[in-house]
Amino acid sequence: MSTRHVGEPVQRREDPRLLTGNGRYVDDIGHGALEAAFVRSPHAHARVTDIDASGAVDVDGVVAIYTWEDLDGRVGEPLPVLIPHPSMTHPRTGYCLAKDEVKHVGEAVVMVVARDRYVAEDACSRIRVSYETKPVVVGVDQSRSGGHRVHEDVPDNVSAHLVQEAGDVDAAMAGAPNTLTLELEIDRSASMPMEGKGVYARWDRDEGSLRIYSSTQTSTGVRAAVASKLGMPMAKVECVAPDIGGGFGVKIVHPWPEEVLVPWAARRLGHDVKWTEDRREHFVSSSHERGQLQEVTVGFDDDGRILALDVRFWHDNGAYTPYGIIVPIITSTQLLGPYKPGAYRVEFWSLYTNTVHVTPYRGAGRPQGCFAMERTMDAIAAHLGVDRAEVRSRNFILPEEMPYDQGLMFQDGRPLKYDSGDYPASLAKLKALVGWDDFAQYREQAEREGRKVGLGIACYVEGTGVGPYEGGHVQVESSGRVNVATGLTTQGQSHQTILAQIVADELGVPLDSVHVTTGDTRRMAYAVGTFASRGAVMSGSAVALAARVVRAKALRIAADALEVSPDDLEIEDGVISVKGAPGTSIELKTVAVLSNPLRYAFDAETQAATQFTGTFDPDKPPVAEDDEPGLEGQDFYSPTRSTFANGMHAAVVETDPVTAEVRILRYCVVHDCGTLVNPMVVEGQVHGGVAQGVGGALYERLVYDESGQLLNASFMDFLMPYATEVPEIETDHLETPSPLNPLGIKGAGEAGTIPATAVIASAIEDAEGFPVRSMPISPYELWELRRAHSTTTTAAQEDSR
Amino acid sequence: MSNPPDTEELLDITVHVNGVPRTAATPARRLLSDFLRHDLDLTGTHVGCEHGVCGACTVLLDGEPVRSCLLFAVSAQGHEVTTVEGIGNDPAALSPVQQAFLECHGLQCGFCTPGFVTTITAYLEDHPDPTPEEARDAVSGNLCRCTGYQNIVRSVLRAAEIRRDRGGQR
Repeated sequence: MSTRHVGEPVQRREDPRLLTGNGRYVDDIGHGALEAAFVRSPHAHARVTDIDASGAVDVDGVVAIYTWEDLDGRVGEPLPVLIPHPSMTHPRTGYCLAKDEVKHVGEAVVMVVARDRYVAEDACSRIRVSYETKPVVVGVDQSRSGGHRVHEDVPDNVSAHLVQEAGDVDAAMAGAPNTLTLELEIDRSASMPMEGKGVYARWDRDEGSLRIYSSTQTSTGVRAAVASKLGMPMAKVECVAPDIGGGFGVKIVHPWPEEVLVPWAARRLGHDVKWTEDRREHFVSSSHERGQLQEVTVGFDDDGRILALDVRFWHDNGAYTPYGIIVPIITSTQLLGPYKPGAYRVEFWSLYTNTVHVTPYRGAGRPQGCFAMERTMDAIAAHLGVDRAEVRSRNFILPEEMPYDQGLMFQDGRPLKYDSGDYPASLAKLKALVGWDDFAQYREQAEREGRKVGLGIACYVEGTGVGPYEGGHVQVESSGRVNVATGLTTQGQSHQTILAQIVADELGVPLDSVHVTTGDTRRMAYAVGTFASRGAVMSGSAVALAARVVRAKALRIAADALEVSPDDLEIEDGVISVKGAPGTSIELKTVAVLSNPLRYAFDAETQAATQFTGTFDPDKPPVAEDDEPGLEGQDFYSPTRSTFANGMHAAVVETDPVTAEVRILRYCVVHDCGTLVNPMVVEGQVHGGVAQGVGGALYERLVYDESGQLLNASFMDFLMPYATEVPEIETDHLETPSPLNPLGIKGAGEAGTIPATAVIASAIEDAEGFPVRSMPISPYELWELRRAHSTTTTAAQEDSR
Repeated sequence: MSNPPDTEELLDITVHVNGVPRTAATPARRLLSDFLRHDLDLTGTHVGCEHGVCGACTVLLDGEPVRSCLLFAVSAQGHEVTTVEGIGNDPAALSPVQQAFLECHGLQCGFCTPGFVTTITAYLEDHPDPTPEEARDAVSGNLCRCTGYQNIVRSVLRAAEIRRDRGGQR
């Protein structure tokens, strides 16, 4: 039996190249291209009254300067609303270059193309743009009060308003013996990949064709959008996502203004053009996420079972809605986690502000939903004096209730119906891992040492692997090399390795012979993209199905050659042989030769496929009517609905009694993403997710002042965690295979991030003894909370005298 | 289309890069990171922030880690610079640190990785046998957005082992 690769911690195929400086990220290619830089708005809301570029035109090395006036055809029209939704009453998007108004600091106003980036920036600094400033709206409070408008024609600043209800919340709430209301807040953060965005366009004037290299999470999306904007046939546009230095959501948005303008300028100038985003540009012009105000009212019985859950929240979508309202839809649906409230109603308003627009960042609305639900669970436990894990378990959907329909519509427009999961088993694993039942003892010991510690818990369910589809193409060359292509892109998820593992197993070939290409529209023209923890589910399934097509064809050809039935054959290590009679065999690479009847042999091996070699039936054509030449096959995986992964985290924190600093002493993760293709890779995804979650809980926030200036637009001031801030992460896995796809896979990419804010809030609350309702929390904010609560406590004590 | 006239004053700058004297005509304001990447085509050195915080552009200047985005190329004139390519540019012959990253899954997207490889290589020269705490501290000046650092810390420790096994090879 040959080695199975799926389920093994196989070392990554991509690493030797990336470790030796042989990676090729967008800015590593395009030597000799002209480079672009942008004049961006310094104002959060203003009318552009004049642009004077006269001081820049004579800068040596400047090739072109463009404003909105220069944008012809559809390039001058607003950017698309990528995911329209009936509840979006007022969708708005910007232009590639500002037309009459700017709506946030950082919006592109003028594009300069020059010999290199230095010269382009010189020119930018000499361009004078006159603005007439307008009143600025920053933050949810200001936006919903409706004092000023972000868009003149959008009353109340509301882009979308959506209500979903399952059951009769009013009746259930009225009948509930206990009710609580929580006001909650989560501040802004951002994906912040180490590589910013980048676009490089090659215009081939002889062919009239365009090749775009973009640091994107969807090369097919960019290709279609650019072809549409530039009025070019799809056949003349290619898009390649080369090595990408992280995405985490921000690069799923497309087309970015630069993704349209760089190819447009390349065609116009008849010269390659490149743009590499710098860090400040990334802060002020690439998407943010997370900012929400929430109000949760919950009705529950005396055992802590939720009878009614009524949630309202206000989502800050920034200045535009290019990605629709996916983030608040996910918050509103995934908030439910592993629980089954008697009745649930959720209502949200998506609001415009004069800040960078909001689109998915790892977790994509789920961290906020999990925060709302898990703070509520802790509040119920505190109210009833019941153990927090116990309250959660009393509300769990049980394995025998699967599949479980929550009665809502999910982000893919399909039912929010959980496919599988064993939440009680996950909780049991987590409690064992963290030592839940022994924590009281640990706390007492810590107290004796003058230390304050707390234990937190948070659970989540994550819809992963949303459709509509992904494709796989598998081809066996006559050398035995197996080429695999899928269209979604890679930003560190190890697709070159895990997809090779799947194909090697399905086809029965050595892992080393399998070579995977992702995100290249030349190799796979139909694809959606990398987001929503869908890579392994969607492309993993697609390449497995495609490999099965190739395997069936190989067996059929081999059966002919060996004059046996295909059912009697097996493939191992690239050799097809008769089961139980390994001597009767043919190599897969020979089958690849035979699959392609040749007139011309190009080497010794391929002579076997030429017309005067071997025997054949003269009454049949060389390629059968329902067949194609070549040992290759393609298939697509398109699920009826998402699969639902789940996990539970627990954290132990210590809060400094004097400085109010929070230190994470332990961080435990139990995770169920169905079949593990590569446990090492899944664990890596969890680690990285938790690190981003820790950043979001304790350090990272994007701070706007009242005039809409982003005050901390640098790595000096936006505090992403270093190694010293991220704890050792202890993990345990459960594997509940999904019944929805051929391999039983559920997604893993976002898992680590989702409950981190909730679990750390829970742990701080446990350490301090007062509610934590707003995250992230800095030492200063915790210190202020302590002060407020000590005053309240003192006042209460005085009242009771 | 012909290139626009080039009138910015260019200086012939010579830097010993990965053991080889390399000369390029470049403006005085050219950052060392851009000089390496765009003039010498050594694109393994990555630029993540261009303000000296992330560490992705770390190279060794006379053996010591420096942020190449905070230095002008002219400042490196006559000095020895080692980039990730100089530590090992052959995917089939990895250095101890590179091999350790492969074994420990110390990288995901790979963008920050060259900065870690150079930093850790220099660190292990001076600290061949770090404790886990020291290993974590050694990488605490570099940002990684993918891995959560746990496997990078393991990579430091594993690299120290491989280095010893290979008789102190860098």
